[in-house]
Amino acid sequence: MKKLFVPLTIVTAALFAYAPVAIAGAPYESTMLLVQKIFYFHVPSWMGMYSAIAVCGGASAVHLFKNRPAADRLAVSAAELAVMFGAIGLVTGPLWGRKAWGVWWSWDVRTDMAFLMWLVFVAYLLVRTYGGPGSDKLAAAMGLFGTAVSPFVYVSVNIWRTVHPLNTVVPELIGGSMPGAGLPFAVSSFAFLLLFALLLALRVNLASRQAVLDELYLAEEDGAA
Amino acid sequence: MKGSATRIMMRRVAGAAIALLLSVPLFAFQPSAGQESFKAVPIDQIPPTEQLPAAPLLIAAYAFAWIAVFFYVWTVWRRLNKVETEMRALERRQSHRGEGAPGVNRTSLP
Repeated sequence: MKKLFVPLTIVTAALFAYAPVAIAGAPYESTMLLVQKIFYFHVPSWMGMYSAIAVCGGASAVHLFKNRPAADRLAVSAAELAVMFGAIGLVTGPLWGRKAWGVWWSWDVRTDMAFLMWLVFVAYLLVRTYGGPGSDKLAAAMGLFGTAVSPFVYVSVNIWRTVHPLNTVVPELIGGSMPGAGLPFAVSSFAFLLLFALLLALRVNLASRQAVLDELYLAEEDGAA
Repeated sequence: MKGSATRIMMRRVAGAAIALLLSVPLFAFQPSAGQESFKAVPIDQIPPTEQLPAAPLLIAAYAFAWIAVFFYVWTVWRRLNKVETEMRALERRQSHRGEGAPGVNRTSLP
């Protein structure tokens, strides 16, 4: 990943630089017009969050059942990113909803469940920070729980029909329901997923350095004793 | 000491989360759109001066996304710098100790 980090950063920066041009050139949706363009950052941010949740869940399971510190470092890094990308989704959604639905928050099942899922990962980080010894295992269980919840959040919009658009809106868009919208969406999605991978690598590196530092402190204490 | 920056950041996140949760009832008690004393008007009949402009919402959404990403990168960079500084300080302490009385066996360190 070290060798790929710089080239991937350049590719990601190029994609993010091109994204506004592509989004500006995208067609206007017939009923929501300009505000619908929030979609091109809103949906990719959720893709970033779901990717982070999947990584956090997998790594948490490995740490919980096989006690691997490296998996724990990956899980806590992914949990931070889940909170960060989730915050973008939770803020951009109401900004879109204010214009499209007339309210900031409609108490829609999808938005409420997404907010609760985000809170699970906020709680994960709080447990990691203030939980003390053993909190890594407790947090790993929370990470697994949050991951188990995520598919329900995804399908909620199809089960309980509310004002939130269905999940099918994305495949339809890619399939050409709104000609010219597929490219900006693909550019934004790819940029966000690459950003997720880069930030994860950066955060895992930080966690690894912190682990080395902890071992140095322990070695110093052992030496002083 | 080593986790103090993380703790401060987490305290801020926790503070923001608690403030957000406490504000939930305010949103919950907003009057519904369908009150009897009001009459609905189709959106295409609203004069342009009364319509909510979309551009500020769009700009706010994109600006928030960028601010969130840059803020996160900044926090990681700051934490990484702090860890590296502590590591260098620790190594200096150990090398000083190594020159004097026998202390930490540096070869056993990772």
